[in-house]
Formats: sequence, C-alpha cells, structure tokens
Amino acid sequence: MAFQKIENVKISGISACVPRTIEGNSNSTIFLSHLDAEKFISATGIRERRIASSDVCSSDLCYHAAIKLIDELGWNKNEIDCLIFITQTPDYIVPATSCILQDRLGLSTDCYSFDITLGCSGWVYGVSIMASLLSSGCFKKGLLLVGETTSKTKSDTDKSTYPLFGDAGSATCMEFSPESVPMYFHSGTDGSKHKAIYIPDGAFRNPTTPESLKLEEIEPGVRRNRLQYIMDGGSVFIFSITKPPQSIKILLEKIGVSDEEVDYYFLHQANKIMVEKIINKLKVPVEKAPVSFELFGNTSMSSIPLTMVTCKRNEITSLRLKLITCGFGGGLSWASGYIITDRIVCPELLEI
Amino acid sequence: MREQFIEKFREALDADGKEIRMDDRFRDYEEWDSLRYLSVIAMIDSEFDVIIETIDFRKIETVGGLIDEIERRIKS
Repeated sequence: MAFQKIENVKISGISACVPRTIEGNSNSTIFLSHLDAEKFISATGIRERRIASSDVCSSDLCYHAAIKLIDELGWNKNEIDCLIFITQTPDYIVPATSCILQDRLGLSTDCYSFDITLGCSGWVYGVSIMASLLSSGCFKKGLLLVGETTSKTKSDTDKSTYPLFGDAGSATCMEFSPESVPMYFHSGTDGSKHKAIYIPDGAFRNPTTPESLKLEEIEPGVRRNRLQYIMDGGSVFIFSITKPPQSIKILLEKIGVSDEEVDYYFLHQANKIMVEKIINKLKVPVEKAPVSFELFGNTSMSSIPLTMVTCKRNEITSLRLKLITCGFGGGLSWASGYIITDRIVCPELLEI
Repeated sequence: MREQFIEKFREALDADGKEIRMDDRFRDYEEWDSLRYLSVIAMIDSEFDVIIETIDFRKIETVGGLIDEIERRIKS
C-alpha cells in the first residue's frame, strides 16, 4: 500500500498567484444559451475563472508566488537546496522548467532541481516528495512550485472542459525540522483510465501532424482539435466520488485520527458536484471543507494551496491546524495527506 | 425499489411531476444532458450504493434497464 510516514519536516509557508484577467461563465458565448450557462453554474458552482494572457506561463505565476514567499519568510536564496516544479504546462518540452526557474529565482547553482508531470494530485504528491527529500537532513530547505495555465490546453469552443478550468500557480516552502510531528500520505494510481483526461497529440506517441490541428465537432458546443484536452466527464466523476473519499478514510484509519479532530479538509477543487459528494461521503460539515472553485474554477494542482490562501489565510497564519489534503485527477492519480501546520507564513493572494 | 428509484430519478432530472415509464429511453428526455447524467450517477451511488461505470452505462437504454442493472449489482 502506498502509505508514507515522513518525519523531521515542516511546511514553513504557502503562497499563490493568479492572473488578473477574470473570465465569467454567465455571459460566456461557449454555451448554447444563457439558460445553458446558468445550468452549468448552478451544477458546477463555477462563476468565474482567471485566465493567463498569451505571454504568461505557469512558471511565471509560480515565480511571483515564490519571490513573495521567500521574501516574507526572510529566507536566504542560497540556502534553498532543492527546487521541484510540478506542471502539465511547462515553458518548453525540453529542458525542465525547474532549471529555468533556478536561474530566474536567483537560487544557487548548488540546487537539486527537477520537474514532475502530474495533474490535480500534484500538490499533495509534491509535498510528500519534498518531505521525503528533506527528511534525512541532507537538504535543509526546499521550494515546491506547483502551477498550471490550464486554460491554454483547452479548446475555447469546448463547453465540456473550457468553462471548468482556471489558471493559478503556487509556492510551498518546506524545511528540515527534527522537532516537527510526522506527515502522513496515502496515494494511488489507475493508469487503465489514462484516457479519461488526455491530450492525444503533440508529444511522442502521437507527434503533431497537420491533422492534429483539425477542429472536430464532437457534439453541439463541443469542438476541439487533437492538441487539446479531452475529458470523459462520467468516468472522471465516478473516479472522483469513489477514490478520494476511500483514500482519506484509509489514511485517517491508518494513523488513528478521527474525522472530528481534523480542522480543515482541503480537497482538490474540481467543482461543486464533486466536492459536495466527497464531503457527504466523508460526513464532513461543509464549513470544514473550504471552496475556491466559485471564483477560480478548477485550478488543477494549484487548487489546494490556492484554497488555503484565499479561504483560510487568517487561521493558517495564526493557529496550529490539523489538515487533510486530497488531490485527484489525470492519470488517474490521487493522493491524500495528513499535515499539521503551525502558524505558517501565508502572504495574501498575488495577482499579476 | 422501483418507486424509490423513480422518485429519485425524477429529482435528479430536476423534472417535477414528470411521468416516467419503464420503457422510456431516458436519453431522449428533453431534460437529459451531461450534467443530468452526472446527477443520475451520483443519485444511484448515494441511494443504492452502486457505481455504474461509463462503459456499462452506455449499454443501458431504458429506465427499466437502469433499474435491472442496479438490482443485478445489488445482488452480486
């Protein structure tokens, strides 16, 4: 079982950054009618999202989140031993964007840097990976950057994907800390459903050809080409209402923590129907599961840190909190973490 | 079970007072769309503790067929 207990590590700070440009769903021409738009908003809860302009990449959003957080923590950049960047929208196919960020952030060339390709499970996976790397004490400080300009992978004539997603980046600073309580994680993968969330062409299994750019009408309101994101909504929905609650239950049972002891459940902000369904299954009171999808949509792997920053910043900066976090999505991939944060640094949401 | 299903099915479709018959092809309902589909899957899960995967759901055509599938899964 993919269960982990990781000691000697703490989260020191979390920040998030979104593009300034707001796109609303209620007047969006992507829907066939205004009624269609209203039905969409009432079911998904997503009123508006942030959209990055053509010159803003995931790395730019994460860069600003990182600079602000490092500054507020008062960290010396030379002390950052490890940089991990998680995205599905890198700057280039080659090289790893983390290398570009190491230079741009002014980190030491003595920095262990790499990228990870994961979707909505990315932040929880990232925290567990960074925690494992720091746990031995060889690396003292780590910077985890997690972000996605998800709007760039969607067709703006596909109502089954485009109006659900928004762009955001985040930074999480972690450090070696022998006096800290352990973090616990449970993770899982089901690659048999890798086509449930998928971009067919553009990499090396199906390289880009002129055919890749051909716009196909799948059904009314759903038009896209083969370089754009496809989501099998039914399969993703079934996955989301089964695996995440199961994983959270397994984790809590394994570590002997009752649901009442948990202060907040930070769940991946897929949309209202999925988040509500997971909350119901776990019998968690709604006030314990804050949501950011209304104003930001599904921001992929950034959704958990973005929700922390936009919904619970005061508590996170002033209290010791027992948190359940759970990310789930493309792969299919999921991960849950039990993390105790103790008055961490959390700057206000940045907008660029 | 039949009455319970029909009542909850009507709710999931957001179609108060709609007459629902066993041989109705539910995909032809004017209310039917991708969001209603998700509500129906969610309803079947919460009411009957049954999850019908997309690939199996596609094969079901009528309301009666849906009820048969749920009953078959409850028994197995």
